Amino acid sequence: MNETAPVQSQGFYAEEMTISVGPQHPSTHGVLRFVVKTDGEVINEAIPDVGYLHRSIEKIGEKVTWHGYVPYTDRADYLAAMFANQVFCMAAEKLAGTEVTRRGEFCRVIACELNRIASHLISVGTFGQDIGAMTPFVHALRERETINNLMEEICGARLTYNYIRIGGVGYDILPETCTRITEFLDHFEPIVDEFNRLLSNNKIFIERLAGVAVISKEDAFSYNLVGPNLRGCGIKWDIRRDIPYSVYPELEFEVPVGTGQVGTLGDSYDRYWVRIRELQESCKILRQCLKMFPKGPAIAKVPRKFKPPVGECYARVEAPRGDMGFYVVSDGSEYPYRVRIRTGSFTAMSIIDKLSKGIMVADLIALIGSLDVDAPEIDR
Amino acid sequence: MAPLAAQSRANRMKRIEEMSLWERLYFPEVIRGLTVTGYRFWRNLIVHTLHKLGLARKVQAAITVQYPDERAPYPDTFRGRHRLTLKDDGLVQCTACFLCATACPAECIYIEAGEYPDNPVEKYPIRYEIDTLRCIYCGFCVEACPCDAIRMDTGTHPGNLGFSRKDFVENKEVLMQRSRELAEKGKEGLYEEYVKPYRHV
Repeated sequence: MNETAPVQSQGFYAEEMTISVGPQHPSTHGVLRFVVKTDGEVINEAIPDVGYLHRSIEKIGEKVTWHGYVPYTDRADYLAAMFANQVFCMAAEKLAGTEVTRRGEFCRVIACELNRIASHLISVGTFGQDIGAMTPFVHALRERETINNLMEEICGARLTYNYIRIGGVGYDILPETCTRITEFLDHFEPIVDEFNRLLSNNKIFIERLAGVAVISKEDAFSYNLVGPNLRGCGIKWDIRRDIPYSVYPELEFEVPVGTGQVGTLGDSYDRYWVRIRELQESCKILRQCLKMFPKGPAIAKVPRKFKPPVGECYARVEAPRGDMGFYVVSDGSEYPYRVRIRTGSFTAMSIIDKLSKGIMVADLIALIGSLDVDAPEIDR
Repeated sequence: MAPLAAQSRANRMKRIEEMSLWERLYFPEVIRGLTVTGYRFWRNLIVHTLHKLGLARKVQAAITVQYPDERAPYPDTFRGRHRLTLKDDGLVQCTACFLCATACPAECIYIEAGEYPDNPVEKYPIRYEIDTLRCIYCGFCVEACPCDAIRMDTGTHPGNLGFSRKDFVENKEVLMQRSRELAEKGKEGLYEEYVKPYRHV
């Protein structure tokens, strides 16, 4: 559309205005920019401008060893570093035929589910803040702080864990830590209800989200949405359940889907609500894992010079932002020949342009928050 | 506004949680809410004042920690600054085998090997430098070391005060000195030293 063309809206003549939302905008966590063309308060077009956080992680993969690439995968999505660790290691193991020890698998699942809780807490907390509710954000981050402390105990770092290694995990989870995780779960499960009373059932919050930015099932499929965004549209698809990996087949958990309980199926509230439900599901998984926690070594014997045979493979896990995949190619040497990362936020970004047509500027913020796009994951 | 969204808002909006009569009266609930906030406010204010006067140290005021005056304890697994461990005679334990430099994914370790004049078996590093601006604190060097010569158990954060890039390159002397200081002052003492510049900013 021509920028200076007058737009008729409700009897008034106004010129279409191009404004830039971001890169430094409170609602665009990380560095995210939208070129928004508006007619007053109504958006005609919102074009995502990605690439601000491109760190060429994929290219770095070709220059460091297979073992050495694990810390770099932390940086792909810093809010859920454990999942990138796991999926890269899964790809490498698949290629080399390495067996992961059973205790190692459980350690991975425990660490990952803790990480999922932390990531979803950030997501729902900042979502509330974007909408204008300051208090829930503080509550969410208080709980996340406890998880960070647990993570520090498990693997020595609070954000860039570098915990999962090819063949297992770096450090074993000690019994004291298991007790502390149980204590945390006992404390955390009532907090979810408190959080619901505080935010989820809040009338202002519901009215702000119900029926906003509805994604139909067809759109969700054609734009390749994954994770909670896809489940928010009522589609039961979870990699943990449908393409099982690790020890997930042995665990019992539900896959929460959106039901359109306050508005239309697939609206912003459904996507938010799926995340809240997943917090509870993760707690359930953690309790089962701690109960079934087997004894044994945490890591299998893997040669220090890890050289998988020539070939290529793709591994995928269910990360907090959806299906995360690593496609790795090996030429038989110490270094990966090619690493390609597929993340959920990138595809979620592409649907914003379609959904933003005709919504208000304030609803754009709700849309970005509900899709839970994470800037480092978009650009890698 | 898209017609679909407007329609669904008007027709299908409903509240999940039903309010009781007491909540519908509105004012009692407002006062209850203010009591909670007010209690927290006055409690924190009083306890913080007592702390300033050196009283009631054991009572925690808020969930937050008054850094850098106080701090949260770090677990033993915390990956902090590096140190080069020492032998009993005070010489460096490192044998300059280059395993850490090979394992390092950030390529931040530089080693120059030399030989003792009186010991034909072992080598030692003439230069051992860690560029902490490149280092990503992954801990691979510690895992790779076969003779426990490098550790990250100092419990302090990477330094962030300096005016040139050279200030961030930690050489052999610095890394060995840290080992001696750890033996002398313990983790707490080392951390005290680290926070000192931040205390009186």
